[in-house]
Amino acid sequence: MTAAADLRPGLADPVLDGQAVFRTVLKALSFPGRIQPLPVALTPPPPLNPAAAAVLLALADLDAPVWLDPALDTPAVRAWLRFHAGCPIVEARWQGAFAVVPADGEMDGFATGTPEFPETSTTVIVQVAALTEDAGPTLTGPGIADTARVSAPGLAPEFWPALAANAALFPQGIDVILAAPDRIAALPRTTRITE
Amino acid sequence: MYVAVKGGERAIDNAHRLLDHERRGDAAVPELSLAQIKEQMTLAVDRVMTEGSLYDRDLAALAIKQARGDLMEAIFLLRAYRTTLPRLAVSEPIDTARMTVRRRISATYKDLPGGQVLGPTFDYTHRLLDFRLAAETDAPPPEPERAEARQDETVPRVTDLLNHEGLIEHERPADAAPVGDITREPLSFPAGRDVRLQTLARGDEGWLLGLAYSTQRGYGRTHPFAGEIRMGEVAVEIVPEELGFAIDIGEVTVTECQMINQFKGSKAAPPQFTRGYGLTFGHGERKAMAMALVDRSLRAEDLGEDLVAPAQDQEFVLSHCDNVEASGFVQHLKLPHYVDFQGELVTVRTLRKDHDKRQEAADAAE
Amino acid sequence: MRPSDDTLAGYNFAYLDEQTKRMIRRAILKAVAIPGYQVPFAGREMPLPYGWGTGGIQVTASIIGPDDTLKVIDQGADDTTNAVSIRRFFATVADVATTEKTTEATVIQTRHRIPEKPLTEDQILVYQVPIPEPLRWMEARETETRKMHALEDYGVMHVKLYEDIAHLGRIATSYDYPVKVNGRYVMAPSPIPKFDNPKMDRMPALQLFGAGREKRIYAVPPYTRVDSLDFEDHPFEVQTWDHACALCGSTESYLDEVVIDDQGGRMYVCSDTDFCGDRQAAQAQEAAE
Repeated sequence: MTAAADLRPGLADPVLDGQAVFRTVLKALSFPGRIQPLPVALTPPPPLNPAAAAVLLALADLDAPVWLDPALDTPAVRAWLRFHAGCPIVEARWQGAFAVVPADGEMDGFATGTPEFPETSTTVIVQVAALTEDAGPTLTGPGIADTARVSAPGLAPEFWPALAANAALFPQGIDVILAAPDRIAALPRTTRITE
Repeated sequence: MYVAVKGGERAIDNAHRLLDHERRGDAAVPELSLAQIKEQMTLAVDRVMTEGSLYDRDLAALAIKQARGDLMEAIFLLRAYRTTLPRLAVSEPIDTARMTVRRRISATYKDLPGGQVLGPTFDYTHRLLDFRLAAETDAPPPEPERAEARQDETVPRVTDLLNHEGLIEHERPADAAPVGDITREPLSFPAGRDVRLQTLARGDEGWLLGLAYSTQRGYGRTHPFAGEIRMGEVAVEIVPEELGFAIDIGEVTVTECQMINQFKGSKAAPPQFTRGYGLTFGHGERKAMAMALVDRSLRAEDLGEDLVAPAQDQEFVLSHCDNVEASGFVQHLKLPHYVDFQGELVTVRTLRKDHDKRQEAADAAE
Repeated sequence: MRPSDDTLAGYNFAYLDEQTKRMIRRAILKAVAIPGYQVPFAGREMPLPYGWGTGGIQVTASIIGPDDTLKVIDQGADDTTNAVSIRRFFATVADVATTEKTTEATVIQTRHRIPEKPLTEDQILVYQVPIPEPLRWMEARETETRKMHALEDYGVMHVKLYEDIAHLGRIATSYDYPVKVNGRYVMAPSPIPKFDNPKMDRMPALQLFGAGREKRIYAVPPYTRVDSLDFEDHPFEVQTWDHACALCGSTESYLDEVVIDDQGGRMYVCSDTDFCGDRQAAQAQEAAE
């Protein structure tokens, strides 16, 4: 177990930084595909990236467990999340209120909710190296006035087909946050994806 | 010229000052102290703690004082405070068999281990106004005879006695699943018994009393016997994670009622007695009894009984038993609704025009 | 601790504790992801009574930050007592700037109206909701209405509206007029007059709905289709008046009817006080020039 003193710091002001990060996530989900700069700088233990880390510190806690892809699941990451977010780290994908996967991570197996309680689904944070609005498939749906585009390097070839299939599950489905180190974009289940 | 009936800050400020003034009453009369409320309005304090869902006699007394004796308002004050408190630990279940009993009666057995203890009760008072109290002498009332303290003695619950005979349903925690908490997870239906009991414990005494009464008058009869009512002090224990064993953090006064109800049996279960359970903070016998009756009624579905009465309908009973919610929503009708009312006016005038036109056409056709 | 008022010493920024805020924030995010669906949340007791905006207050308390400017309206007006009381609550517990100007606000909490001025992408509209379930008047049971939403079975709603037409010749619902969001969920727009329903459709601002007593949060994301339910032969229509606002002359805003004597005298004025005030100011400016 890492002693608290060895831990990298969390949000400088958990109250106000937590609020600012939440508003960024809210904006990202409200305007799918649109890139939102992150309002805080964090230095989480790698390979967890600062944006994914910020989202978790703002939103995960005792009541909202986190699942970590094996590629990101290190003792340092676990200790840091447990200490700063107080969230359980769960063993199965479907148990996570939040999940963090690398860009080429698998998108299957997460909770998609039930027809009566579609909100009991996983929010999947995909760590990417960068984000651009100049490429990627065409996005339409709530939050998008006309059309939008977003892309990130290194996404698995199955990523976009998986998300297109996810949209077809509506109202069930996962919600995705693409997290580049200093910015995020979101793809809620409402977003329809066409090439 | 038109002046909108709009309050503004000044009106609100002044309303608050008026309220303070009314609360204090005649300044020539000494101000009520929290100690007086705590010591002499004990049952009001108990009710506010129970429905306010926070065991703190001082805060309950403060709430009663601030609310000018309006107990629902006091309950609301306490709840709104409670909701901001951090949750430091979850206690172990209290063990009422180890209660330091101050009152304990059973209507089902003439005598039983631990005995019948009448305790401080209004039951056999003749309800005659006692004008000696109006005299306000400082003389203390005559000292009562007190039984020797029964500390550390287990007083078995009547239901445990029946349990030995196998005549009452066996009850144990269904599984290791955590006990629900409506202050952390919204109520959803069908609600489990843990969540139902929590909702009833916080529920309005008057609402439960009325529902309980309705079951006695045939709206979902449950054949109840007051197996036992006990009131006294129980220890509260927590298990700190760093220690790994239970430690005593204090004691609370509670009233527990176990109703024993007849059950004819079903395909799965032999004829036996069933239970209804009620628990309050402090001395809250009427509430505990009403709660136990309603708890039993709400088990109708689980026990395969016909659902025929309001008290058996969990959505109906549980959704409407919180007086903070009910009081707020009933009283919100005081807020301006003139936008909606204007909408209704426009609609009713239009409908009336339509109606008159039809009427004229009908008259003309005749 | 930030609050400036002594009676609130010891309370957290925006009153709610952080764990509660996170719980509400998670519910809000799911609500945005499932437009029109009512997300259950563990609503807290607030220091204002249930039915007086506790849902809206909890939503506002969970989203608001020091950079926000808050506007609170009740019946379209900023200076009605409950609007004053809620605005003051946030000024005290969150120390945020408040405004009566629609255009200056980043967060607008409302009861029963949508401002007349179109809202923008940089604004969030928070509705106070008394009864979030649009099917409640046809089916009282939560277990049943939940199934209906899951199965998209809205037959009872259409039957109810059609009964109006059969009996009265038109749909008699004048406020809280049901809508369908993004072609999927039937949703209660809260008791806004149906006059305001068209403003919800493809609104650039995020719309959040908080029902405190009923413990539900729901949302309409920006640019989302919101259709008022109707029938081909009985299309949805909004209230109209034969009058203009007596103060600013507007013929396009929602009007309050004010009784001015006991002889049947009436006058009509804008319910949106900021909208009306701006128009009057502009007219005064023009007259002066």
